[in-house]
Amino acid sequence: MSTKKLKSSPVVDEAILQEMFRNICLTRSFESKCIELYRQGMISGYLHPYTGEEAIAAGVCAAIGKGAYITSTHRGHGHCISKGAEIKYMMAEITGKATGYCKGYGGSMHISRKVDNNLGANGIVGAGMPIAVGAAMGLRVKGINEVSVAFFSDGASNNGTFGESLNFASVFNLPVIFVLENNHYAVSTPVECSSGCCELANHGPAYGMPGICIDGNDAEVVYLETKNAVERAKKGEGPTLIEAKTYRHGGHHVNDPGLYMDPDILSQWKARDPLILLKEKIDPAAARKIEEAVAVEIEEAVVFSKNSPEPSVEEFLAEIEN
Amino acid sequence: MAELMYREGLNKALFEEMHRDETVFIMGEGIAKRGGSFKVTEGLLDKFGPNRVIDTPLSEATFTGAAVGAALTGTRPIVELLFVDFAPMTMDMVINQAAKYNFMSGGQGTVPMILRTQGGAGNGLAGQHSQSLEALFYHIPGLKVVMPSTPYDAKGLLKAAIRDDGPVIFIEHKLLYMTKGEVPEDDYIVPLGKADVKRQGDDITLITYSYMTLKCLEAAEILAKEGISVEVIDLRTLTPLDKETILTSVEKTGKALIVHEAVKRGGIGGDIAATIMEEAYDDLDGPVRRICGKNTTIPYNKNLEKVCVPSTSDIVEGILEMV
Repeated sequence: MSTKKLKSSPVVDEAILQEMFRNICLTRSFESKCIELYRQGMISGYLHPYTGEEAIAAGVCAAIGKGAYITSTHRGHGHCISKGAEIKYMMAEITGKATGYCKGYGGSMHISRKVDNNLGANGIVGAGMPIAVGAAMGLRVKGINEVSVAFFSDGASNNGTFGESLNFASVFNLPVIFVLENNHYAVSTPVECSSGCCELANHGPAYGMPGICIDGNDAEVVYLETKNAVERAKKGEGPTLIEAKTYRHGGHHVNDPGLYMDPDILSQWKARDPLILLKEKIDPAAARKIEEAVAVEIEEAVVFSKNSPEPSVEEFLAEIEN
Repeated sequence: MAELMYREGLNKALFEEMHRDETVFIMGEGIAKRGGSFKVTEGLLDKFGPNRVIDTPLSEATFTGAAVGAALTGTRPIVELLFVDFAPMTMDMVINQAAKYNFMSGGQGTVPMILRTQGGAGNGLAGQHSQSLEALFYHIPGLKVVMPSTPYDAKGLLKAAIRDDGPVIFIEHKLLYMTKGEVPEDDYIVPLGKADVKRQGDDITLITYSYMTLKCLEAAEILAKEGISVEVIDLRTLTPLDKETILTSVEKTGKALIVHEAVKRGGIGGDIAATIMEEAYDDLDGPVRRICGKNTTIPYNKNLEKVCVPSTSDIVEGILEMV
């Protein structure tokens, strides 16, 4: 078995640590503010917080760089932010405004930012993996030595597209990194009740690729293991499956109190909050500065989205006329 | 002008477009080394190599989704789905991904991909390899649906589809692959969204597409000898639908008969009939009629299979009841 045990943190450059801390901090604050706005009725539909899992997006995106493609999930704010989005346009999108990244047509579950090579969040669990595989094929056809990343969950690993996509990427030796965010719950069903093989990284070797199990709450570990996978992919050594173990800090979405979650286990994971773990590793003065800048950015985003217009009904109707 | 088979017209379109644009690539089951079950992709592997002509695993959902991802990176993938009957396995990727991206992203990008497949009864392939499922795609906003009936149209429409911003569902018919017709050597396209009046007439308008176009033309020929003048419109693309050609013809003839092989219930004939009644009611001399496939799974037995889809004599009789 080629899976690795959780391991203690190695050392990464301070600048990268700070970048990851900024993205974790920004995601956490952004989502806290969104929950507040949701309660005020400014956001409709579903909102799936990534709280507690932010180190995965931050670590992966810092490691893959801007040229790489990603596909995200319904729990995708962290991916979008860490891949380079500006939160004021995200906030506008999530509040359904015309100035949002998707003109208010997509919302939280479908937010995307093509210029960041972020192919989008997805309301269909398991749908991002084939798209990430295709992005890698597109890169090959165009002769570009870059990678694509599929973010998905333990729940998605029980969808047929998981096996198909791993096999597909393996047989064509594609530069895909499958990032399995194991937050231990598919909506409300615990992973041990929905997966016959709970060591999900073991699926990697079954499809002819490394399967690595890591501590998804430690951004440094995520960063370093993703770097290894990027290096392999760019050398033509094919795809990697990374299982990043983590835990949701609450229910499935903003209106789910998550009463089915064991409070003792939850508090153990909260004690290993990715935000705090990383904050302890960086210069305290720099951390404070980042937190202050994030707070300002959040307030600006709220003002921006509140002042933004709704999309025009007339323009919409004219667009869809056929 | 060269006389080519329908499948050769498609093959020419692929060669020409892959030569013209190196971001065009094709993948599917048995399409590279074997050249495809219907020989549409023959020779492409030797010419364009394994990075652009790809034999995939039997993973319909994933290779269709991969086409979406590849299209979003700026390439123009063509996916060959061996039978339209396998489309249900791809439907999340078609309906929720390919058809939605441009809209849900607020127009940040297009999905210039083609899902090429074939359908229809007539080869004794029974329930899971003989269906006509175009209505499933027709129903979904964001998809274009193309169904050529002649070698000329097959080549020109496939070239147009490859250049289109997509996504395009391109449905061939298994009984058409060996049919012949004139196909120019030159670089022509047949625009999407433009029907073709395959035969001019004054007494009644037949609205059809794909293989049924041939049956309608046979019926028109038979009735011409009786002095009945039948106009045959081959829609060629179902979405965008060329309403103008339909309505202009109905204005002239006052009678409309829609013919398709797909089952009548929920078929596109109902939608076209409703469109005619909404927009050209005053031009009509009587009700719009439909001759369609029976509301059944296609049976294996040859005699039973035959009665499930409209025949030339069904169409002749249908016209005679209306004129």
